Amino acid sequence: MYTARNYVKAESLAQAHALNQRRANAILGGGCWMRMGERMYDTLIDLSGLGLDQIQDRGEEAALGAMVTLRQLETNFMLEKCFDGLFRKCTQHIVGVQFRNCATLGGSVYSRFGFSDIVTALLALSCQVELAGAGRIPLEEYVKQPRDRDVLAWVFVKKDGRPVAYETARNSETDLPVLTCALSRVGESWRAVIGARPGISRVVEDSTWEGLEKQVQALEYGDNMRGSARYRRHLAGVLLKRCREQMEVSGV
Amino acid sequence: MTIKWILNGAARTDEVEADETLLHCLRKVGCLSVKCGCETSGCGLCTVWMDGTPVLSCSVPAPRAEGHAVTTLEGLQEEAAEFGAFLADEGAEQCGFCSPGFIMNVLAMVRELKNPTEEEIQHYLTGNLCRCSGYQGQLRAIRKYLAVKGGEQG
Ligand SMILES: Cc1cc2nc3c(=O)[nH]c(=O)nc-3n(C[C@H](O)[C@H](O)[C@H](O)COP(=O)(O)OP(=O)(O)OC[C@H]3O[C@@H](n4cnc5c(N)ncnc54)[C@H](O)[C@@H]3O)c2cc1C
Ligand code: FES
Ligand code: FES
Repeated sequence: MYTARNYVKAESLAQAHALNQRRANAILGGGCWMRMGERMYDTLIDLSGLGLDQIQDRGEEAALGAMVTLRQLETNFMLEKCFDGLFRKCTQHIVGVQFRNCATLGGSVYSRFGFSDIVTALLALSCQVELAGAGRIPLEEYVKQPRDRDVLAWVFVKKDGRPVAYETARNSETDLPVLTCALSRVGESWRAVIGARPGISRVVEDSTWEGLEKQVQALEYGDNMRGSARYRRHLAGVLLKRCREQMEVSGV
Repeated sequence: MTIKWILNGAARTDEVEADETLLHCLRKVGCLSVKCGCETSGCGLCTVWMDGTPVLSCSVPAPRAEGHAVTTLEGLQEEAAEFGAFLADEGAEQCGFCSPGFIMNVLAMVRELKNPTEEEIQHYLTGNLCRCSGYQGQLRAIRKYLAVKGGEQG
């Protein structure tokens, strides 16, 4: 468990951002991950009073606040309808309902965990993040940057109607994934995202299915306690095919 | 810091630390049904409701209870006893350590899901670990409890 001396419920994003510039301070998301650490913080910055717990339908895009919980993503009707159930599929195996009622989108995207179901799924869509300091940037760029002192406020997802599918392999139901795989179709091109390699999710695109499969096999895979590189490479091929089958079943 | 909140239906004011968890605060004010079973936010034993939603009190910072209504097993005595009897009838409880969190989540599920299927029940309850049993007794108890409850609702 962490320790902290002060707790500030931010009254504006600007205030949160200013406070977060000190290395001794930290933004508090759902606290599920931070709770496992032993860090000593000076000030914890709570974003829960800023209306960032909203999922908004803004016509051309969906706006997801940083404090939206994983359970909100899982059960939101608009997201279910517009993104082929992707948000349900990528959250439903994460620990349990009570956990998902706490853990946040912001904490998940900011952390850029290699094993992240959320990051893998989001990268299959067209997403931008809005940061308090740096403004709007593509998610693909954000996940490549090291964790810095900026505050993640929103994730915007384009509602472009692209077909999308999601699969993971887990050793047991609620464990961290051994591999994550998302697939989408962008115009005439395929887009695959492979995560938990165990490194951060990688995106590959190709105009042919065979080309896509080759690129996925050529990605770098590694060993850890959940699986070997060889096993992961094999799984990647299997999950990719299953994703395509998911799409075919839903008539794409 | 001072928080104003509602605990089991009663408004109250308490002093909490910046790094205090809701779990710690609840035990401090006498809700001893709330327990900590892991260090990894993954066992469900510490489940309480915040504004009716089941959450992990080990992860929720106590200062965040400000302005919210928290419910623990102490606030649901009658319902808990009713469902608890079904658990006992199926011999589901062995050491019983997991029960408070499990019952809180079952009662939340009953409110949230209409006529859940077996799969939906399991999905809702996978975040509650029990180290003694194989969950079969619990599932039988839930099925029987739901059948009786469904009957009452017509
Ligand atoms: C036991 C366990 C199992 C898990 N299993 C999975 C899994 O299977 N799949 C998966 O995808 N994920 C999994 N996760 C990760 C989980 O989904 C969340 O991503 C994680 O808990 C972080 O979210 P949080 O809201 O709890 O963040 P916190 O713990 O509150 O914060 C995490 C970090 O993000 C920073 N932060 C939070 N919000 C912001 C913000 N808005 N701007 C800038 N920085 C911010 C914090 O300062 C901190 O450094 C698991 C986590 C745990 C604890
Ligand atoms: S104590 Fe284990 S999840 Fe909270
Ligand atoms: S009965 Fe012992 S942990 Fe569940």
